[in-house]
Amino acid sequence: MSNIGSYDERIKNFDWSIAEKELDYQPGKVINIGWYCTDRICKLGKADKTALIWEGSAGNEKRYTYNDIRLASNTIGQFLRDLGINPEDRVCLFMDKIPELYLSFLGVLKIGAIVQPLFSAFGDESLHVRLDNAQTTAIITQRKHAPKVRKILDKMPYLKHIIIVDPDPAKPLNDREVAFELEKMPKVDQFEIHPTLAESPSVLHYTSGTTGQPKGVKHVHYSLISQYLTSKWVLDLLDTDIYWCTADPGWVTGTSYGIIGAFSNGVTQCVLDAGFSADNWYKFIGKHKISMWYSAPTAIRSLMKAGEEVIKKYDLSSLRHLASVGEPLNSEAVIWSERVFGKPFLDTYWQTETGSMMITNFPGMKIKPGSMGKPFPGITATVIHPETYEPFTETGKIGLIAIKPGWPSMMRTYWRNEETYNKKFQNGWYLPGDRSSIDNEGYFWFVGRDDDVINTGGHLVSPFEVESALLEHPAVAESAVVAKPDFVNMEVVKAFVTLKPGFVASKDLDLDIMNFVRKKLSPLAMPQEIEFIDNLPKTRSGKIMRRILHAKEWGEEIGDTSTLEND
Amino acid sequence: MDEMKEVVKAYVIKEYVEDDTELTYDTPLISGGIVDSFSMVSLKRFLENKYNISIPDDKATPEAFDSVNKICVLVNEYLK
Repeated sequence: MSNIGSYDERIKNFDWSIAEKELDYQPGKVINIGWYCTDRICKLGKADKTALIWEGSAGNEKRYTYNDIRLASNTIGQFLRDLGINPEDRVCLFMDKIPELYLSFLGVLKIGAIVQPLFSAFGDESLHVRLDNAQTTAIITQRKHAPKVRKILDKMPYLKHIIIVDPDPAKPLNDREVAFELEKMPKVDQFEIHPTLAESPSVLHYTSGTTGQPKGVKHVHYSLISQYLTSKWVLDLLDTDIYWCTADPGWVTGTSYGIIGAFSNGVTQCVLDAGFSADNWYKFIGKHKISMWYSAPTAIRSLMKAGEEVIKKYDLSSLRHLASVGEPLNSEAVIWSERVFGKPFLDTYWQTETGSMMITNFPGMKIKPGSMGKPFPGITATVIHPETYEPFTETGKIGLIAIKPGWPSMMRTYWRNEETYNKKFQNGWYLPGDRSSIDNEGYFWFVGRDDDVINTGGHLVSPFEVESALLEHPAVAESAVVAKPDFVNMEVVKAFVTLKPGFVASKDLDLDIMNFVRKKLSPLAMPQEIEFIDNLPKTRSGKIMRRILHAKEWGEEIGDTSTLEND
Repeated sequence: MDEMKEVVKAYVIKEYVEDDTELTYDTPLISGGIVDSFSMVSLKRFLENKYNISIPDDKATPEAFDSVNKICVLVNEYLK
């Protein structure tokens, strides 16, 4: 029997107080995610249980018990407090998936500061716009990433501390830099955790939209309630599980389910800090006897591409339950996983703003390959008409996914951008920006985004951000960026570019522009293809008609071109 | 072959290594996290431009790109 038991029974009279009671949380009292993920588990008698098994790319391994992560997060919290970091100050984590990333996350929360996790592959410009928006006080990073911070330091007077977790003793630290080597610090056993309340801010994740700069999604400590219960009921975490969430905590899955959900449930989780290869992944599962595996469609399709021979080399019999997130999981991937692993990957649908799973497939429920599943108990979700914002009364109609606000982990605002936050609501519904339909059994079927945001490998990329970066390249006069279909990543970035006088399209220029964007923004945002054209399609008022380029890439009807400039 | 190894190694260092990490011909590039799967596309493009070859997408796997040595073996397969 799974943790959720019967889905149909659970949705009757569901109340989030189920999670509150299990966590011994009393409304109005202190709730601190850092404490719940460490001290509480120790108090439950699991201090010696392994919390984290970390493995690096060279196969080196570190293990931490729940007491270890309690002490480490205390130690980090104390260090930050001694530096003068105050509650609600923003502390950015800019690291690879090293243990300090996970431990710092908990330490920052324990002092009541706001964690701002950022993907360590971000280039200096992507880093700057996010730190600038958050007015970040401190950044915790590795020496390999410090040069990117130094490059933009002059533009960030608010950034008081750059904390290097692996300083090179042979090299002096630069301006505002301070060394912090966790293993050399005296362990802090007694630590006064900041008494955060349900609505105290906790995490600030950045996500991209069609226009404008990335938005800082503000979450609060009460998000724990949703993250704990969805981990328990959907990921079906058991005390005996060895859990592997493959997501990077630079993104929301890596924190909601790679830290909070796992540790608040007191399970043992594994982290592999190495690049992807099918061999490495299967070897990792076999070595650590992973039983619950939460991954992403891009990774699953990459494993499909690697073939089945490689699977036979490893003992994967420990796998008990599989789930997926990030982009729609195609039915072929579900059927493939059932054939090769003996169990299907269960798709889960949610996003940075929702903080936890919204529509998912549940253990024990009939799985329809390719479907998103059904709303989590306590989540009221439907599909509404894109113009009237009224729910469809018939099944099978394609419209906007709409969710009734009010679940515990819902974002509280976009940081310093209340106006954009308010636009996410229509007619009393929260709109995630995706389209789907609902069948006659209540299953949701994903159709696509309702905007131009590119979902590549489960990560959202703003065409506006890439277009802006392209315009900074000396050869580029104009640019338009759209999604291009891709088997592994679902979508990749494609750029259409016109050149300034004196520049000629060439293979070398193509590569130069690709690398320019990669270093400025991130590898995700790098156009995988650049098409040099003489003119971009524009309206008579001069606005680039991205949809025409998009339709061309997807083999769709171009639609109305009556406003096209050169028609 | 040795010259090619040096060219590829120098390019990887210039484009993908952020700090003073030392690179050998056998340093794991993809599994070692130096070059991610998205950046592999630009590395493939570089090799194709530099050596005037075309590497089929199904041959450009993380395993085939995992070190300077492996990359050079792959490139040599497509050199005329």
